[in-house]
Amino acid sequence: MKNKKLNLAIFGLALLAPFALYPVFLMKVLCFALFACAFNLLLGFAGLLSFGHAIFLGTGAYVTGYLMLTYSITPEIGIVAGVIVSALVGLVYGKLAVKREGIYFAMVTLALAQLMFFFYLQAPFTGGEDGLQGVPRGALFGLIDLTDNMVMYYFVLAIFVIGFLLIYRTVHSPFGQVLKAIRENEPRAISLGYKVNQYKLLAFVLSAALAGLAGSTKALVFQLASLNDVHWFMSGEVVLMTLLGGMGTIWGPVLGAVTIVGLQNFLASGPLANYIHVVMGVVFILCVLAFRNGLVGELQRLVKKNF
Amino acid sequence: MSQDYILESRNLIKEFKGFTAVDDVNLKIKRGTIHALIGPNGAGKTTVFNLLTKFLTPTKGQLLFNGKDITKEDSASIARLGVVRSFQISAVFPHLTVVENVRIALQRKRNDSFFFWRSEKKLDELNDRALELLDSVGLRDFASARAVDLPYGRKRSLEIATTLALDPELLLLDEPTQGMGHEDVSVVSELIKEVGKNRTILMVEHNLNVVADLSDTITVLQRGAILTEGDYQTVSADPRVREAYMGVEADQPVNDESQPENNNNVTGAAV
Repeated sequence: MKNKKLNLAIFGLALLAPFALYPVFLMKVLCFALFACAFNLLLGFAGLLSFGHAIFLGTGAYVTGYLMLTYSITPEIGIVAGVIVSALVGLVYGKLAVKREGIYFAMVTLALAQLMFFFYLQAPFTGGEDGLQGVPRGALFGLIDLTDNMVMYYFVLAIFVIGFLLIYRTVHSPFGQVLKAIRENEPRAISLGYKVNQYKLLAFVLSAALAGLAGSTKALVFQLASLNDVHWFMSGEVVLMTLLGGMGTIWGPVLGAVTIVGLQNFLASGPLANYIHVVMGVVFILCVLAFRNGLVGELQRLVKKNF
Repeated sequence: MSQDYILESRNLIKEFKGFTAVDDVNLKIKRGTIHALIGPNGAGKTTVFNLLTKFLTPTKGQLLFNGKDITKEDSASIARLGVVRSFQISAVFPHLTVVENVRIALQRKRNDSFFFWRSEKKLDELNDRALELLDSVGLRDFASARAVDLPYGRKRSLEIATTLALDPELLLLDEPTQGMGHEDVSVVSELIKEVGKNRTILMVEHNLNVVADLSDTITVLQRGAILTEGDYQTVSADPRVREAYMGVEADQPVNDESQPENNNNVTGAAV
């Protein structure tokens, strides 16, 4: 990584954060940050705008929630199962979607996500409108009880770091190079002999799996998997987080998630509680109009200019 | 006979909603030659290019590469066989560095392009070869610049270096000197001449000086069909070519490079 000191400082801050802030809030931030990073892998580095990414978050959450409730398995197995099922859904959806480009790609992902939403609404194992409540966190490897929020926080942080490093590596891998080439100039990549749809599909599956990881973890944190996780609101929210933070940057989605989740929490207890969506809308408009590169993108530009 | 011809099209036809852009084209590219495809705007040159590389699907007809039927192959597979094309607008990866641009092409023949768990530092193994290629087109000093920051002529050189990295049997160049100043034109045309020494090249080109200088064979297209074919002397002496291509009286000189842009009497189907 370019800026080792900065990365270490952020990691140190994350280690100390639960002593200053409410751990459940921090875990929520981490889950959404991972979700946004996964989304950014697809949008920022493969140039593919998915409008149905909540489906992978929700699939992870439902699978893990259902398995934890029904069978007495350990949380790491529940999470692995959630990731695998999300990746499989991603494989099927990706196969259908990568054949289309631009707005059509977005429409296909949205349509497929809506389909899945109504499936989850009706399916017997999701609890319908109520969702899956009281999901047990269990004991990690059967040894470490995760009921305590502080313990759970470090578990979530570890998952986030693993996911984040995997994304970082993917972006800076031979595969990542080809992905960037496709984003930059797809016809040229084809003319060099790359079967671009296969690369897009792998990016899609990776992104879906990581979004599933975020969802599985979230289900354990809140001990809940609900329709909120698969709703298209959620798909929109992750777009907002990524754009606000700066798409195509490594830290952008993290900062975007911190900002959005922080803002929502802050507003929820204030006089603007009923106007959260209005405020989010204003933030979105400001972001699109004033700083299109996102917070991190603009920061990088400032640093480049002045140093 | 298929040994003599590297690429052949048989009765190639492309229709766009009732408009025939390419009409029964039988093109034969002889191995080891530089073959030029010329014709007025909208004659279907770029469409033919797109058909040969399957960026468009032919309505009818057959494509043969080294005698093998490739009509059903997709674009990437055709590139893998050794037919690599360039584009009218310069085809570089703008936000990658110059050396990374070439490396993308070199990387294709390795088996690690799906390895998302491997560090990209592994690709540094390709740097020597990439720099060698950049050297051959005079871009070594720009290796770490971003492609988008290169001047136009150098972008075309980079594009050629990237194409050469694949060591293609057949190069398809779509207007390699388009939009270039005088100096760049001679640099690029020297480059093409050099490259053409041990490869086959098919190019679409408007600059007739370049065509006259480089080509062994010239095919003239008009309204999607082949008007005539031959070396520069034969083709330029043909009164139909003067009439069709230049849109001028037969007694006016042919080698005026500014003319073809003004000829718009054929509606455009170029993609």
